[in-house]
Amino acid sequence: MGEEVAQYNGAYKVTRGLWDKWGDKRIVDTPISEAGFIGMGIGASMLGIRPVMELMFWSFHSVAFDQLVNNAACCRYMSGGLINVPIVMRGPANGGTNVGATHSHTPEGLFAAFPGLKVCSPATPADAKGMMKTAIRDNDPVYVMENTTLYGNTGEVPDPADGDFLIPLGKADIKREGSDISLIAHGRSVIHCLEAAKILQEEHGINAEVLDLRSIRPLDVDAILASVAKTHRVVLVDESKPFCGVSAQITTLIQEYAFDYLDAPVKRVCTIDAPAIYSPHVEQDQLPNAKRIVAQVLTIA
Amino acid sequence: METANSPNHSPLNFAGSPINKTLSAEEKLETFRQMVRIRRFEQAALKNYQKDGTMGGFLHLYIGQESVAVGAASLMGDHDHMITAYRCHAHALAVGMNMNECMAELYGKATGCSKGKGGSMHFFAPDKNFWGGHGIVAGQTPLGLGLGYGLKYKGLEGCALCFLGDGAINQGAFHESLNIAALFGIPVVYIIENNGYSMGTSQKRSSAYKDCLAQRSEAYDMDWDVVNGEDFYEVRAKTHIAMERARKEHKPTILEIMTYRYYGHSVADANHKKYRSPEEIADYKKNHDPINLWRAKLLEEGVLTEESAKTINAAAKEETAAAVKFAEDSPAPTIADISTDVYWETDNDTEASKIGL
Repeated sequence: MGEEVAQYNGAYKVTRGLWDKWGDKRIVDTPISEAGFIGMGIGASMLGIRPVMELMFWSFHSVAFDQLVNNAACCRYMSGGLINVPIVMRGPANGGTNVGATHSHTPEGLFAAFPGLKVCSPATPADAKGMMKTAIRDNDPVYVMENTTLYGNTGEVPDPADGDFLIPLGKADIKREGSDISLIAHGRSVIHCLEAAKILQEEHGINAEVLDLRSIRPLDVDAILASVAKTHRVVLVDESKPFCGVSAQITTLIQEYAFDYLDAPVKRVCTIDAPAIYSPHVEQDQLPNAKRIVAQVLTIA
Repeated sequence: METANSPNHSPLNFAGSPINKTLSAEEKLETFRQMVRIRRFEQAALKNYQKDGTMGGFLHLYIGQESVAVGAASLMGDHDHMITAYRCHAHALAVGMNMNECMAELYGKATGCSKGKGGSMHFFAPDKNFWGGHGIVAGQTPLGLGLGYGLKYKGLEGCALCFLGDGAINQGAFHESLNIAALFGIPVVYIIENNGYSMGTSQKRSSAYKDCLAQRSEAYDMDWDVVNGEDFYEVRAKTHIAMERARKEHKPTILEIMTYRYYGHSVADANHKKYRSPEEIADYKKNHDPINLWRAKLLEEGVLTEESAKTINAAAKEETAAAVKFAEDSPAPTIADISTDVYWETDNDTEASKIGL
């Protein structure tokens, strides 16, 4: 359910072919009316229906905020556990496409700050599939934050004939084993980290580990601490802003639970702390990228 | 006295409408009993709220509006659902929630309907098709839409009754809901309980309209009606028509039910005698009280006697006193209780809940 998801085949073609296959009942074009249709999905979910709703951009969360943080996140609690809201909200949440500040928000940390919500952000096609299936089956509201610049990526996805492929929420994945430093990221930043790790290996002889969080809430704290305990150095890479961002939360967890393992301060590469700039000349430099990651790693390794 | 909210006495006698003709004497008595119970419950809540430290937060009283919630609830079948805003005690009791769990919730006790986690504005009873109790003005209107959507999706013949105050009609979420309700053909009835004031601002100072608020639905090609809320038969007759339109034709309706609250927006509303005159309040209590009028009607019909009215009143007072005692004697939630009822998966100790923090 969402704007242009059915007959138009999706603004980014994520839902291409679904309307032809499933028809009007299950693939529903809505008016541009986020508070209306998201609230409607939440209400329907209370009756046991499991709507998967698309925000054309997660940036549009602002016009549906009451529905997203009050009705989805708090109804269970305020009813003393009588109600649950098994919805999935999904859509892209990223910068880097020169569309200006209002269309470039990355609100994974914002929504993860609301108890009652779950937030995940896949980096690979297989993770995207496995986590989406898990999100649909989960009995709590799950907000899936995708990235338009990853939609064109290809990668191995398990064959459905080989069985049900599910990636649990709250389980991080080591995308590259390493011993000298931990690069911890989610979403497209994982791709940047892998690129940076290659440069660090080839040009600086540094063997970086890349840990993909995949899920922000629940968060795989054990995997974070294990990686830090192994490498003793960490750079957090996060496309959201540094101020009260996801990386700020992980930093505090590391200092609280793995302080004695650290050989250097925790460093971060985030989006430069300003609204997203339009200019194609510099927007990529506002975001995390391999160049910025390598530079930050070299300050502590 | 002529105000925007003056009841519009209809020349029609709604006692003769088909849905009211089917009411048995016993059913009529039951609706009277419900209204009396609701008023006694809220009077006790008010009295105890004013004792220091007994209750926290807000207390939005419904006193004066009882015919609306009871009239609508009396029409609900197995597949009809109800949702409302923060002035929710009456709706909760009208659908069958018991006084003990409701009073205990006001007291913030673990035995409350929401285990002391919701408070006055957040009563819920999914087993009675009652979905709250919502604190943000008009925030419940898309949820009501969703209840209707869910019914239609499942192929059930039923409708959603979504209540809102006259102060909620200017919120964007409500207009988004109306558009989708009409566009998708959703079986929902929006019931504006027009008590004349959005908190301390009168209808004329808060809303732009031509003849009435419900008329706005014409912009969405949606049916509407205005209802004299003090006439219990009229509330039932017109609400029934709207519910049938939803159930049978999947068409939404806006009903604007004219009513009046005797107390402030909430008990914390210290100015409620300043933005409306004492004469206005006194006039409603004397001439337009829905319980008194229903009582008089039932006496006239011979359904009720002075004696049985007294018995009903005494029983409601007794039930209320017992609910207060139950609430007082109940345990408070523990510190550990703060962290439960956040996630379904955690509360149910599923495999999913064991992964991550």
